[in-house]
Amino acid sequence: MLQTAQRGKKTSANKAAPHERFLEAFRWMLLARTLEEKLVSLYRGGQITGGVYIGKGQEAVSVACGMFLQKGDIFAPLIRDQAGRSAFGEPIVDVARTYLGSRQGPMRGRDGNIHRGKPGDDQLAMISHLGAMVSVTVGALLAKRFRGEKNFVGLSCIGEGGMQTGSFHEGMNIAAVEQVPLVIVATNNHYAYSTPNDREFACADLVDRAKGYGFEGYSIDGTDLSMCLDVIGSAVKRARAGRPPQLVVASVLRLSGHGEHDDASYVTDEMKRQPFAQDCLKLTEKKVVDLEMADAATLKSWREDAARQVDEAIATAQKEAAPDAEKEDWCAISTRELVDRPE
Amino acid sequence: MSITYLEAIREAQARLLRDDERVFIYGQDVGGTFGGAFKATKGLAKEFPNRVLNTPISEDAIVGTAIGAAIKGMRPIVEMQFADFSSTALNQILNHAGTHYWRTNIPVPITIRLPSGGTKGSGPFHSQSMESIYAHYPGLIVMTPATVEDAYTMLIDAVAIDDPVVYCEHKYLYYHLKADKLPDKGLPTGRARIAREGRDLTIVTYSAMVQESLAVAGELARENLEIEVVDLRTVKPLDTDTVLASVARTGRLLCVGESFPWGGATAEVIARVTSEGFHLLDAAPVRINAKDTPIPYHPNLWSAHRPGAKMIAAKARALLKE
Repeated sequence: MLQTAQRGKKTSANKAAPHERFLEAFRWMLLARTLEEKLVSLYRGGQITGGVYIGKGQEAVSVACGMFLQKGDIFAPLIRDQAGRSAFGEPIVDVARTYLGSRQGPMRGRDGNIHRGKPGDDQLAMISHLGAMVSVTVGALLAKRFRGEKNFVGLSCIGEGGMQTGSFHEGMNIAAVEQVPLVIVATNNHYAYSTPNDREFACADLVDRAKGYGFEGYSIDGTDLSMCLDVIGSAVKRARAGRPPQLVVASVLRLSGHGEHDDASYVTDEMKRQPFAQDCLKLTEKKVVDLEMADAATLKSWREDAARQVDEAIATAQKEAAPDAEKEDWCAISTRELVDRPE
Repeated sequence: MSITYLEAIREAQARLLRDDERVFIYGQDVGGTFGGAFKATKGLAKEFPNRVLNTPISEDAIVGTAIGAAIKGMRPIVEMQFADFSSTALNQILNHAGTHYWRTNIPVPITIRLPSGGTKGSGPFHSQSMESIYAHYPGLIVMTPATVEDAYTMLIDAVAIDDPVVYCEHKYLYYHLKADKLPDKGLPTGRARIAREGRDLTIVTYSAMVQESLAVAGELARENLEIEVVDLRTVKPLDTDTVLASVARTGRLLCVGESFPWGGATAEVIARVTSEGFHLLDAAPVRINAKDTPIPYHPNLWSAHRPGAKMIAAKARALLKE
């Protein structure tokens, strides 16, 4: 049974034999896909307010982001990082709680969907404004350096859309100036909402920017889990060893709308025929079967286990109380005596 | 011994760096032998080379980095070279620092120093007062010290507070204001100060306009008009109680601020007094702000754009006749 990731366990993910690591990653991907399919169905059934934003097609890149981080490392996931969040250690009940607005979730109904995190546990809580998390990750790493901690890294996720913001640019530059142990994993899913690459940037290859920032850069096929694990794992190792900041650019196709309100009708047929448009989960499962890493019965039990975990998480969150406006303290600052009271 | 407002800010930072290893200063040109565009950090990098750090010209990333460090236990002080440039960090200040505690229950103890307000010849982009923008958004404390003593103790208080503080220091006061010595402790944060007592009219103001208003109060005293001057000290939280108590004594309210006229701290004071203390007023409250244009370069235009003692005195006299 795949339990919520234990951060201690992930130390061993670095050392695990390649096929064990591959299978663990596959199971996180499966759990993420199962969870997000459930969230979509709840959304369609009107049980989730706001929106649902899934990482379908990006699980292989995302899971690799979470798997090599250890206790004390900083993770700044973004919109499509359910697989990585789970592998990093976020309990899926916290996902359900945030989407369903439970008072017991990390955001307590004050923020929703993918805008969640537990900064106290080193998983930063993204804001919607893209690029903003890069410098915040840098700052968290600086604090660790100030305090004399050793052997830590930070990993901050971005898409090719977010890479075009000024905030991203400033964050990359300041990371290199500070020489913090940072890995940026940029997933080019070929659409910023509905806008394709040719209206997003005009450079030949986004990874070329690494040199300009003073990063080391690598490109990967985001549908190939082995490559994602190898290259992102190595980037984490290099950052931890004191190499300059690392940029990994992955190529995938977003296999969903921007959110579930979006039918993605703008994705062209030609785009859907590209090699990077394949479903990484299906490719991974095919490899598991082809290389006989697991038999059919084992695969079935993993699926059932994922479905059961998801059902339990949703059921738990559904039983919990929603926030109560009457009991809300309406304080945006922690220093209660300094709250401004206009009335 | 005589200490300026600017030296008080420097001394406060020196004390903070000495007393608390979590404190570091982050900003453009603050380090090395230079010590900042206004020398507010001069010499500090020599004593604390690893905690007084120059940054690229990247206001967004400077504040973002400070937020990340604060979340992980540090107490950063960010120096914006001019308050005006904090506009390029608005996203990190308002949407990140300002929302973080509410969203995650983890406070963000950063202090952002904004060299604010107009000086002759500085023009549209080196003269702004930004306090009303920051006060408008939830999650931030906004300080506007008007004296040397407050410049010192309020900066020390700002760093001790677990929440984000926007500390608006006025450039016009840097060299003009002097004190004999620095106090250990000031009034509590959020408490306004009666800068001068009077019974005929209350001027509620903050930052450099406190000094202008005190000059007016002195001038009008020679005509036997007693002006009470309330120095807000922090515009957020706003000490409505002290303001209402003063208006209860005088029955007349004049609000003076240096920022642009639409909305803002002066409008907020008048809104609160009229809604909570309408019965205390003997005349309609009046407010004075800068003009609704960008801040002009030439001294002839600048001195007419900025509220000054002459305009405050004229409005006060008119209000006293109401």
